[in-house]
Amino acid sequence: MSQGANQQDAQICVQTSQPWNDPDGVPFIRFEKVTKKFGDFYAVDDVSLDIYRHELFALLGGSGCGKTTLLRMLAGFEDPTEGKIYIDGVDMANVPPYERPTNMMFQSYALFPHMSVEKNVAFGLHQDGYSKSEIKERVADMLALVQMSKFATRKPHQLSGGQRQRVALARSLVKQPKVLLLDEPLGALDKKLREQTQFELVNIQEKLGTTFVMVTHDQEEAMTMASRIAVMNEGVIKQIGTPFELYEYPNSRFTANFLGQVNLIEGTLVDDDEKYAIIQSDDIGGEIYIDHAVQGHEGTTLWVALRPERLRLCTEKPENTTRNCFAGKVEDIGYLGGLSTYHVRLETGKRIRVSEPNTHRHNEPRYTWDDQVWVTWETGSASVLNQ
Amino acid sequence: MSDIKPTLKQRFDRWMIRHGRVLVIGLPYLWLFLFFLVPFLIVLKISFATAQYAQPPYSALFQWVDEGVNIAINFGNYLFLLSDSLYISAYLNSIRIAAISTVITLLIGYPMAYGIARAKGSTRNLLLMLVILPFWTSFLIRVYAWIGILDREGLINAALMGLHIISEPLIIRQTEVAVYIGIVYTYLPFMILPLYSTLEKMDGSLLEAALDLGCKPWKAFATITLPLSLPGILAGSLLVFIPAVGEFVIPELLGGPNTLMIGRTLWNEFFSNRDWPIASSVAIAMLIFLVVPIMYFQHIQGKTEDPGK
Repeated sequence: MSQGANQQDAQICVQTSQPWNDPDGVPFIRFEKVTKKFGDFYAVDDVSLDIYRHELFALLGGSGCGKTTLLRMLAGFEDPTEGKIYIDGVDMANVPPYERPTNMMFQSYALFPHMSVEKNVAFGLHQDGYSKSEIKERVADMLALVQMSKFATRKPHQLSGGQRQRVALARSLVKQPKVLLLDEPLGALDKKLREQTQFELVNIQEKLGTTFVMVTHDQEEAMTMASRIAVMNEGVIKQIGTPFELYEYPNSRFTANFLGQVNLIEGTLVDDDEKYAIIQSDDIGGEIYIDHAVQGHEGTTLWVALRPERLRLCTEKPENTTRNCFAGKVEDIGYLGGLSTYHVRLETGKRIRVSEPNTHRHNEPRYTWDDQVWVTWETGSASVLNQ
Repeated sequence: MSDIKPTLKQRFDRWMIRHGRVLVIGLPYLWLFLFFLVPFLIVLKISFATAQYAQPPYSALFQWVDEGVNIAINFGNYLFLLSDSLYISAYLNSIRIAAISTVITLLIGYPMAYGIARAKGSTRNLLLMLVILPFWTSFLIRVYAWIGILDREGLINAALMGLHIISEPLIIRQTEVAVYIGIVYTYLPFMILPLYSTLEKMDGSLLEAALDLGCKPWKAFATITLPLSLPGILAGSLLVFIPAVGEFVIPELLGGPNTLMIGRTLWNEFFSNRDWPIASSVAIAMLIFLVVPIMYFQHIQGKTEDPGK
């Protein structure tokens, strides 16, 4: 009985925090078969995408993958060549940027250089004709939120990069837009400041409940901040999912490679059962045993994706199992402090990357160059990709 | 190794590292000294002399008389400028004509510069080329060409009368209008180029940000583009205004006998009246008229560009 109630609770929880899994969920932003051409070049190619209210959604991809074009179409700076964009159920086709319920934080911040911090933040409110006292109050609140009250009278060129970023954020949030668009919001900050600001942004987003759509090329940034990520390449969305889904269940070699480190092993499906599958790989020189069924029929070429941290190294061949165990030689070692990565050359010539945490101080490195080792992994660690 | 005496080249390099800065900064100063300050001082000297029928046609400022230096400074020329209404009205007229021409040039030049700055790569280069192209012909010839266009029997009148739009020829040449046309035409590139360079540098995302924050396009232009292009407007206006005040050729060729401008007055004093001291004092007075407001503008501009200092 109580167990049943718990299950129900869990179900509700899933529904409220993951609206994309709710079949009755109404998307807040909807791209419907959107294509954008610049001349002959397809910047965005037939993209359909739903983003829900209160999400922090990240568009992730390398440069020229179309992520920024997608964002700019949402802001109204570019018109789609084909397809439709809806925000909160309204077709945005003929809505100019100055009438859209979106505000954007630009990559360059685009702060008005001839105006003080205060005036920059107040600019949007002035356009909407708020009273002077209200503008003053809201600007002050916003500057307090981003901790820039002290700098209200400064000009942008008197601020550091991090401070400018805060002003830009305040300026884009002060009008309480339905959607905040962020174009590489942390791109201009150094690494330390970036990590700190990532959490601040997420906190602000949770506090205000605004829907954020963010463009980034930094997979770490996307994974830290986003509720869901769309991985893009060449104008097409390759996969949409939560950071966890994308990392653990990539649907293609592209996504697996783009998010984190991965070893990709090519092979042929030789045995497929309801409970397991066996892949014969010349790449690695043996059979790979997978503990779940695999899509595809026998004879298809597949790729096995293995994350370096899911692999283990042993000096002697493990006795209890003969499965998923391959001999090689340590070729390179990278000491990163928290963990070490080893590049192991297998007998077939395939290089495998293994990372191990350094959990103790004073420990001598377990392996050194040219050590003979065995690479092994648990049968559930691998994901199988068919593209 | 360290005992080896430095070669000539090494010694020269060391000397350049130490003194190269002075050399680089010194050269333009030397240039300004030779070609601006020295001529200015000569003219200043002549302006305090008295006219003479001699060679040169003015009295010496310093004379060695009876074992002493006789300094004869004549303020009469400047007092004469103030007392004769001809000069004052010539000055005022010049400033008026130059100011109106500058405003017209700005109104025509701004949209052109804006268009060029917004044009795409190859089109932009072509348009810039077209702006600069007239410089390849002599200024004098271009002004002469305008005589042919604006004259009683010129192209405009011929065309308009040929089309039976007017029955009597328009009198354009030898009026102030012709002077405006001449000045605006001649100095337009000097307005467009500095405006273009400020507009081109402007970050396009600033305008997008303004639109994004709910600002309509024309208002975004007024609140963002216009204030940010102020340095260009100022530079272009000065480049047009200053030479236009002292303009001689355009009022002489296109203007009528009544178009009184200080450049023409100056020319008359030098070449018709051969009164070098008066001519010099006219020139010096004009310089002071112009330099003082320019220095003020520069001061203001310096302030707006570095508000932190």
